[in-house]
Amino acid sequence: MSQARTSPARTFAAHAILIVYTVIALFPVLVVVMNSFKSRKAIFRSPLSPPTGETFDMIGYETVLSQGNFPLYFQNSVIVTVVALAIVLIFGAMAAFALAEYRFRGNTLMGLYLALGIMIPIRLGTVAILEMMVASGLVNTLTALILVYSAQGLPLAIFILTEFTRQISDDLKNAGRIDGLSEYRIFFQLVLPLLRPPMATVAVFTMIPIWNDLWFPLILAPAESTKTVTLGAQLFLGQFVTNWNAVLAALSLAILPVLVLYLIFSRQLIRGITSGAVK
Amino acid sequence: MATGKSERTPIRWHIAVFLAPAVLIYSAVMIVPLFGTLQLSLFTTIDNEQVFAGIDNFRTLFGDERWSVSFWNALWNNTWFFIIHMLVQNPVGILLAALLSHPRLRFSAFYRTAIFIPTILSFVIVGFTWKLILSPLWGVAPDLLDMVGLKHLFTPWLGKEEYALTTLGLISVWQFVGIPMMLIYAALLSIPDEILEAAECDGITGFSQFWKIQLPLILPAIGIISVLTFVGNFNAFDLIYSAQGALAGPNYSTDILGTFLYRTFFGFQLQTGDPNMGATIASIMFFIILTGVCIYLFAIQTRLRRYQF
Repeated sequence: MSQARTSPARTFAAHAILIVYTVIALFPVLVVVMNSFKSRKAIFRSPLSPPTGETFDMIGYETVLSQGNFPLYFQNSVIVTVVALAIVLIFGAMAAFALAEYRFRGNTLMGLYLALGIMIPIRLGTVAILEMMVASGLVNTLTALILVYSAQGLPLAIFILTEFTRQISDDLKNAGRIDGLSEYRIFFQLVLPLLRPPMATVAVFTMIPIWNDLWFPLILAPAESTKTVTLGAQLFLGQFVTNWNAVLAALSLAILPVLVLYLIFSRQLIRGITSGAVK
Repeated sequence: MATGKSERTPIRWHIAVFLAPAVLIYSAVMIVPLFGTLQLSLFTTIDNEQVFAGIDNFRTLFGDERWSVSFWNALWNNTWFFIIHMLVQNPVGILLAALLSHPRLRFSAFYRTAIFIPTILSFVIVGFTWKLILSPLWGVAPDLLDMVGLKHLFTPWLGKEEYALTTLGLISVWQFVGIPMMLIYAALLSIPDEILEAAECDGITGFSQFWKIQLPLILPAIGIISVLTFVGNFNAFDLIYSAQGALAGPNYSTDILGTFLYRTFFGFQLQTGDPNMGATIASIMFFIILTGVCIYLFAIQTRLRRYQF
């Protein structure tokens, strides 16, 4: 039956286009990573050839690791991302459960109110957010970033999780109620474990923008002790723009963590998009 | 129903407990500041005191020479940035998704992952990487053009006023093409095989099958992508800031509303920061995005036909 759909010429053309685009997508990343392992001369003389025994050089990485505060920045990024993510997932799932499970006055309205934030970027409130953080003394603390990213991630998390919570069978929850479980225990012991797959999808969607954000660290927490990796890399790159070894090494170091994270979660991400989101 | 309701259903505190943390954080850090910003745009600072100014700030922004030139420049640049995404990113994304969704295609998981990788990188990495690659100092771009005999076409694209914004737009397209690709791919997969098989029985195959059967079915997904592109573009900042700095050079040719807001609010070099004018620009951005979202919700989404499988 698929005979009509697959002709060799067409398959070949499809592969050709996809390969060309894959090269376009990966080429810049490869050039940077490859050249970060080369000596300064080799970077300029033959930027497109991989490092050989002769041109291999780690000087860039040595500079970055000895001069920058990268471990600290990295730690800040991890703290901010993990805590914000935990808040988004737990509080988001709780709110989603309340919206999906109970009928109460203003349910739909509350859902719409929370969904507003999916379309309107939190960045537009920056002026007032900064004033608020200054007033409460939270400027240059990781708490400020965590609060902002939690607020940013909650709308989409609640939206997606509400859809999934609706699909959980009522029998299970009612059985729990007959057994005398409180509503809290029904949520935490019965419903929450079932929400794990959609929560993983939400986690990926929430995590990437938080990890990569430049705007809020720049504005709310630019102090040395609270810089995130993205902001640190940005300043470092600006400073060392003539030290190409260091710049390329710093870029490679900044690419690595997200790449690893993505490769771990990519199956979940794709499954999440295909099963929900657009229908 | 209404009578005696209070006796039958006691206040269900657990609903409030479940909702409270999320609603409180969301309201306090997102909604209240959003309105705070709108409010701030109606005031002006005179001798360190906030004085109500009505729509004077907006009038200044649109009409006063010192502001309006930068503002209209940023708005037009932002519009062009958006047009590039609509003309290049979304069609390319749809094409890739159409190729990937072919049922017999091998290695599709590999292609999908590889093409999506730029999307997860931060703007800082993307901006700098491309700056290095396109830099005339480092011969990557000229060398590549030389290989295909087109070296004479090379010019420092990011450094020339007439090319810089388009180049940045295309870099951003390079980075984000994975998103339309993934969403369209998901939409294409959700089309049941029976429909495609029926089309084949009627002799509709290949390109005409895509145009006549699949494309109409994925229109809602294309609508979502368009509005996401719109919101993302009119809120963009990071890429331009990382590649061209806060001054959005050369000579403000890559200035968009996000960078304009940053300079206005915080000041840069000789310019001093002005929270009220910053709030005014943020409010304009808010209205632009709100208008776009409303057009999508009321004019486009309600007219799109939904198909039930």
